[in-house]
Amino acid sequence: MDTVLRAARRAPLNLFLLVVAAMWLVPTFGLFLTSLMPKGDIAQEGWWNVVSKPSSMTFDNYRALFNNNDLTKALVTTAEIAVGNTVLLVLIAALAGYAFAWLEFPGRDVLFVVVIGLLVVPLQVALIPIFSLYNSTHLFDTVLGLILFHVAFGLPFGIFLLRNFFIGIPKDIMESARIDGASELTIFFRLILPLGLPAIASLAIFQFLWTWNDLIVALTFGRDTQPITVAIFSQLRQFGSNIELIAPASFVSLAIPLAVFLAFQRYFVQGLLAGSVK
Amino acid sequence: MADSEATAGPTAAGVSTRGTGRAEGGAAGQSPWRQRAMTAVFLGPAVVLLVVWLVYPTVRTIIRSFYSRDGSDFVGLDNYQALFTTDTLKTAIKNNAIWVGVVPALVTSIGLIFAVLTERIRWGVAFKIAVFMPMAISLFAAGVIWHIMYTQDPSQGAVNAAIKVVDDAFSSGGVLTAAQGSTPTLTGSVKQGFVLKTPVQAGGTALLGLTAIPPTEVPKDARQAVAPQPKPGAITGTVWRDFRPGGGKPGVIEPQELGLPGVSVQLRDAGGKVVKSTKSGAGGAFAFDGVKAGSYRAAVGPDTFQKPFAGVSWLGPKLITPAIMIAYIWVWAGFAMVVIAAGLAAISREVLEAARTDGASEWQVFRRVTAPMLAPVLSVVFITMLINVLKVFDIVLSVAPGSTQDDANVIALAMWRTSFGGVNDFGLGSAIAVFLFLLVIPVLALNVRRFRRET
Repeated sequence: MDTVLRAARRAPLNLFLLVVAAMWLVPTFGLFLTSLMPKGDIAQEGWWNVVSKPSSMTFDNYRALFNNNDLTKALVTTAEIAVGNTVLLVLIAALAGYAFAWLEFPGRDVLFVVVIGLLVVPLQVALIPIFSLYNSTHLFDTVLGLILFHVAFGLPFGIFLLRNFFIGIPKDIMESARIDGASELTIFFRLILPLGLPAIASLAIFQFLWTWNDLIVALTFGRDTQPITVAIFSQLRQFGSNIELIAPASFVSLAIPLAVFLAFQRYFVQGLLAGSVK
Repeated sequence: MADSEATAGPTAAGVSTRGTGRAEGGAAGQSPWRQRAMTAVFLGPAVVLLVVWLVYPTVRTIIRSFYSRDGSDFVGLDNYQALFTTDTLKTAIKNNAIWVGVVPALVTSIGLIFAVLTERIRWGVAFKIAVFMPMAISLFAAGVIWHIMYTQDPSQGAVNAAIKVVDDAFSSGGVLTAAQGSTPTLTGSVKQGFVLKTPVQAGGTALLGLTAIPPTEVPKDARQAVAPQPKPGAITGTVWRDFRPGGGKPGVIEPQELGLPGVSVQLRDAGGKVVKSTKSGAGGAFAFDGVKAGSYRAAVGPDTFQKPFAGVSWLGPKLITPAIMIAYIWVWAGFAMVVIAAGLAAISREVLEAARTDGASEWQVFRRVTAPMLAPVLSVVFITMLINVLKVFDIVLSVAPGSTQDDANVIALAMWRTSFGGVNDFGLGSAIAVFLFLLVIPVLALNVRRFRRET
């Protein structure tokens, strides 16, 4: 009886949160349904009509998408940038994080404060000088140029996150490794990287999502080197209403980070908490 | 690996390992070169990247902001003056101020509400995943999603379709959009309705013939019109489409002329005041029962021609900024919720229980215990959102169509458009970037201070 009463009292709350959850799920689901609509229907009716006539759903738009060279090339470019940048950032940030946590050198604390200061530098500040630099060094419109920019701007957060994690690794473990004759590099690769895996995973996921989802950097430093966001953006601008291409492309572009997020949720949230509770 | 490397680490200072002769046995300072080389290996790549891609460009941008468009002339503060006098830039600053004023507070409150409420339901984890999910999506893709959601035509845009459902529940659109009286005795307009000049009394009939109705608008259930039968104490009548192929005779109900159902019919008194109203039924017939003595006029009500809900212009110049904000809040609410929920989980259950045992109500517990203990977490969320909002860019580009991008402009977007979007004014662009940088400096100072306090 008591449980029934309690359930009845909670019903409005459950209903309210159900509506809220729907509000958060429906837009993405709507994009997916739009991508399944026949080309002719998209300009005629809303995606919710598809629910009542499932037979009209088609993967034609996806077929067209994967036959579109610009867009498939863009997907490959996106993957190259995201993976390359994630690997490079994790390595460089981990090396520096270790140095800030466990090596002693003059000016260490001052330098770390500088890194913390760089955390909030808006990347807009770097766009113009780097644009000129890239133009004079042939890094313009290259995957490498985009990767290096992303790595640099990912570093302050990466160093901050990893240094704070590494400093929590018990000193004894490293001491005994040193007594056993391990070099700093051995300690770094054999001990710190494995022990720091949770934080490294958080950082890697963050950086992967950040680069995969970037628009402004690629829009500025790329012309033919287009990741998927830029490719969709130029579709939006060029023809205006070719939703039958934009919808499946957007869905593919978000399905991959979404899968990464769902698979590694725990690390994502950990990184978020470590990063924001500064 | 050489054994001597083992002593390069500072933490190994004073620990003698195996003897190789050179760098062993003493304080770290005894092998300064080796140690410096090691530090350089660990720190070098990061320092190079930070200096070349962050520090140097920042300095360069500051200098560049005092030079002209092509960089040849020193112009002092001219670019900064332009920043506050150019119309599109003023709009950008104004819009960004609105963003700062509205969004961080809203995101933090929504996150707080969700975090508190999810603790009370069984499917809290599922709820959190649903709300948090947009965080994985790019702001650009989120913008595309909402761009589609905001389509103005309610038959295509989901937001307007939802509004239309609510709107229809309260007022239905009229059955017609255009018509005229078929005879000079029926005059008026679609705005005021059409009034039959011939007065009518109880027991009388009224013929409301309409023409100039587009064929597509004739209701599908319209049937042959029937002439009204007089009824004592009532006024009866017919509203019909006074037209048949070939024309027909105006003012007379003829075969093939269709009665119009669903038309709003009014009975007005001598002063023009509406005393009764009804809707025509099948065959266009209508009846006003219990009519008091006196002279009346029958009329086709203006709501017959009321336009159906045409959709809110979310992407138009007036609503574009709120529309983008809604999309942005949709993305970031999950972040706020997750961080605040973690803060909530850290609050000791014992403290809350103690407050409850002391007889505090749930609201009092929230106000006096939970909220104060959450304050640091709330401020972190708020500040993070403040920085994010200052840099808002992608979502504006993807939600706003080209035509309203000037109206939706924000500082980061203005910087990009000024520098790379066709204007290509690197001087002014640099000034905008520096302005943006100045806005985040207080947060920078805050971060550094917090770190200093911790160590």
